Amino acid sequence: MSNPELALLVAIPILAATIPLLASLKFDRVGWPIALVTAAIEVALAGYVAMRVAAEGRYVHNLGGYPRQYGIELVADGLSASVVLLVALVTLVVLGYARRAGPRQNTFYSAYLLLCGGLMGVGLTGDVFNMFVFLEIVGLATYALVASDRSGRSALAALKYLLIGTAGASLYLVGVGYVFVATGTLNMVELSTAIPETVGYADPLIIASFCFIAVGLSVKAAIFPLHTWMPDAYAESPDTVTSYISGLVSTMGAYALARLIYTVYTPEFFATVPLAGDALVAFATVSIIAGSVLAVIQPDVKRMLAYSSVAQFGMIVAAFGLATEQALLGGIIHLVGHGLMKTALFLAVGVLATAYGVRTVKQYANLGYRSPVTVAAMGLLLLALVGIPPSIGFLGKWYIAWGAIEAGAPIVAGVIFFSTLLTLLYVARLLESLYFHPADGIEGAVPGDEVRLLSDGGDGATGQNRNRPVSFGMVFVVAALSVAAVALGFAGPAFEAFFESFLEAAL
Amino acid sequence: MTLLGMPLMLELLSTRYAYATFAVILAVGLYIMIASPNLVKKVIGLNLFQSAIFLFFVATAYMHGGSVPVIPTEGGAVGEYASPLPHVIVLTAIVVGVSLTAVGLALIVRLYSLYGTLNEETIREVINE
Repeated sequence: MSNPELALLVAIPILAATIPLLASLKFDRVGWPIALVTAAIEVALAGYVAMRVAAEGRYVHNLGGYPRQYGIELVADGLSASVVLLVALVTLVVLGYARRAGPRQNTFYSAYLLLCGGLMGVGLTGDVFNMFVFLEIVGLATYALVASDRSGRSALAALKYLLIGTAGASLYLVGVGYVFVATGTLNMVELSTAIPETVGYADPLIIASFCFIAVGLSVKAAIFPLHTWMPDAYAESPDTVTSYISGLVSTMGAYALARLIYTVYTPEFFATVPLAGDALVAFATVSIIAGSVLAVIQPDVKRMLAYSSVAQFGMIVAAFGLATEQALLGGIIHLVGHGLMKTALFLAVGVLATAYGVRTVKQYANLGYRSPVTVAAMGLLLLALVGIPPSIGFLGKWYIAWGAIEAGAPIVAGVIFFSTLLTLLYVARLLESLYFHPADGIEGAVPGDEVRLLSDGGDGATGQNRNRPVSFGMVFVVAALSVAAVALGFAGPAFEAFFESFLEAAL
Repeated sequence: MTLLGMPLMLELLSTRYAYATFAVILAVGLYIMIASPNLVKKVIGLNLFQSAIFLFFVATAYMHGGSVPVIPTEGGAVGEYASPLPHVIVLTAIVVGVSLTAVGLALIVRLYSLYGTLNEETIREVINE
């Protein structure tokens, strides 16, 4: 079957990634327009794929025309279409922010597009080894992006991420090796039938392969205690990069885990080996609590949001491990919703840091009256992260908690409620600082009656822009994403309809 | 280990030594990554870790008495062949591994030029000051 748009979604950004590098020979700063054109094409293609999936359900593209027994196939179904659309949209939105905020080097946009292509590949591939290759492309581009501001701190954070991330991907490869030895195939659909037909789910080789794959992908999704790379990587990288990778990179790690669980191992595996599912849910539950508690005690806003991601991914992976219809639906909605909300929150943090140079919760004092639009959008997003209805954060948590009760795991539902309270705690701390705390006497905060200019206006700001480091576009994308996070809270029935065929096939 | 278990263990080691080596190198690589404070040695540990996985894949493809999997176009392929797929996988994984090592070493070069040391703990101390 030939549906070239699936191949183009992966190929276009990877090919486009070479153009800024080549253009560097002649021109400076042409990376942004090239990336913008590519991102616009990607959004159009991803929208088309999502519409086709909504109309006709799952469809595939066989690379090179080889059938799936020999070749690699790209698969579009409800789950992959939703994450591919998320990747395309976030790529476009973050570019809207990067126009003024930078970085501006051509090499940055090459890495940016390479990362986009890798994420698309993870989302679409139907081959377990091919997924390893795309995970590593994502990894490579991410490590380069984290270190793109050329400081020592970010280089160390990137190196730490590289060592841990590569070890995780290698463990995944060991798991792939085991399952390949047991069945002799690498295609996901073939594997789902080959595992019960050849050795059966209870075979030690299959159980070991699941353990290696689950641990490897948990590193990528930053599940406690494998999360240690995440706070450093998020806090030390440039704001543009943080927004991009926080919304997408771990998301695709969790997506890969969901894909492997539901397409390769299938819930039958959990039924045969209940310990595997229980252990996954247990680790994820610990991750929810640990991430929330660690987030509460962080003084630095970026680190706080990073630890909050650890908790949210715990929730998502717990939902995948529960394997009921409601939980899986909630997991997917929260996966997409968390990507949108975290991208927007880190963008808002970037706007405030660019405008006032503030980084900690304390320094945020009284900013609600200095940057009303950005801070109001940030407030909305924070409340959505807590899960206050109507918002996409509420929708995801609601379905997961419902699924947990359905699956007979009320502890998970209790933990989700408890972590919501903790989330409220750190969100309230931030909101209190933003709106109700006077800024006088706090080192680094912006006093109410004084206009303070940053000494460095960013590289490349022209004379006119130096007084206004924040562009309309930067504030606009934050506000638009916060409205989207609230509006999607009303889209519950639409999500149910869109994922119906995928859920039926998966369970 | 029981007396009955001993011969079985020895037999496994003599026939499946490639898998035993895989496990040992994997563990050694992981240990170096965790234990050594030297950043270059950490990358070497990572390479060992990956090499162990390559060894595992190549070992699974081996077939006693099997020949190179090149099938003549005129047909007439008989006998046993080594499986080509794991070799292709290892080739791809080696390329991935080399690129990761390159990125890792580039980061280390930058850290060394900034801090003049390869010791992770020293760099951390300097950063936190």
